[in-house]
Amino acid sequence: MGEIDVKLITEKVRDLCMKANTDLGEDVLQAFDRAMGKEESPLGVEILKELKENARIAKEEKVPICQDTGFAILFIELGQDVHLVGGNLNEAIQEGVRQGYKDGYLRKSICHPFTRANTGDNTPAIIHTEVVAGDKIKITVAPKGGGSENMSRVTMLTPSDGIEGIKRFVIQRVKESGSNPCPPTIVGVGIGGNLEQVALLAKKSLLRSLGSKNPDPELDQLESEILTEINQLGIGPQGLGGRTTSLAVHILMMPCHIASFPLAVNIQCHAQRHKETII
Amino acid sequence: MNEPIRLRPPLSNEDVEKLNIGDRILISGVIYTGRDAAHKRLIDLLKGGKDLPFDIKGQIIYFVGPTPAKPGQAFGSAGPTTSYRMDAYSPSLMGRGLKGMIGKGMRSDAVKEAMKKYKAVYFAATGGAGALLAKRVKKAEIVAYEDLGPEAIRRLEVEDLPVIVVNDVRGNDLYIEGEKQYRKG
Repeated sequence: MGEIDVKLITEKVRDLCMKANTDLGEDVLQAFDRAMGKEESPLGVEILKELKENARIAKEEKVPICQDTGFAILFIELGQDVHLVGGNLNEAIQEGVRQGYKDGYLRKSICHPFTRANTGDNTPAIIHTEVVAGDKIKITVAPKGGGSENMSRVTMLTPSDGIEGIKRFVIQRVKESGSNPCPPTIVGVGIGGNLEQVALLAKKSLLRSLGSKNPDPELDQLESEILTEINQLGIGPQGLGGRTTSLAVHILMMPCHIASFPLAVNIQCHAQRHKETII
Repeated sequence: MNEPIRLRPPLSNEDVEKLNIGDRILISGVIYTGRDAAHKRLIDLLKGGKDLPFDIKGQIIYFVGPTPAKPGQAFGSAGPTTSYRMDAYSPSLMGRGLKGMIGKGMRSDAVKEAMKKYKAVYFAATGGAGALLAKRVKKAEIVAYEDLGPEAIRRLEVEDLPVIVVNDVRGNDLYIEGEKQYRKG
């Protein structure tokens, strides 16, 4: 049985919060390059260049890519043979977020819904824990900005809406979001499950590497059809017109109730930040 | 593409009348920051018949809530926040002489009408380019509402802050025109 001290988890979460916010993934940078090759708007090309330059500065100077350093979203895959010692897992994670946002000079963006008073340390983080086989823990930190989250939606379609209903809703959501979520975006789509599960599927789909194929050929096809239509909308980089409205569409699907057809769209800005580690 | 136009606030009616949608601008000099909570307080002051904490005539407000500056940095990462949340407040500030706003995302019809009426413009900075934009800020000091943390109003000295004109004083909107130009089918 693997014994893990939760202090180590605090330390790893702290480091991941800082790294995720300053070091944009290579997959995103490559997606910018591919987009630049296809972008017809000169202003759009300039913006994509700016985003690459921004990522370079952030990485070199270890400063946040974006001032909205996000709500700290954590995905924990906890091996069932792991024995945690030295304290409480949840508190250890929250402490890691607290330290990471302080030591990394990251913005604290979490507040009371009514008074809007800031909690001051970017906690509470949102933690999704799943128990899996094995004796390891996988920790993923995915900071999520407010601007793109505000453009996200869940809806309960009726089964008769079919695949066309999915396409219509997702494309309409991107169209209505326009320039608000900082395009070029990544569009996370959850299909099936129920109300809370579908939203989680949409969020989790964003963790997949950009440019990778969906392992389900039917969903892979659907992703590419939706992306083509989105990039015909003309919204473009930053909504100023152009070909590159979204870099990718990612779909995760699971079975649903015979009466239901849940759908969630989680829009992610171009600062698609996530870092993971395995202990 | 045309060379960028250089602007230095305070701006006059003539300065903003010359600007057209799609113009690339480099702003140097003094601008002010303000977002959700600070705007609410400014409007509450105006409603109470009180003076604003800075002279807004001819000025530009940047909708931004920066990250804390690291030691050695003049200013933290500082990209624009989404502007529609300031729509309820912006017309009153333009009525007091505000000439420019920097943010991202489309403004309401009421804001666009106010820009025509009061001769003011709306600029977009690249959303998410926080690290790049921070380097154009040479000095920052809090002017009001320190308790709001990242939302406090700050006076910034900027050099060549890159923005794009999205709404001009004639009611044109680059978000609408740009999308129209590149839409297919």
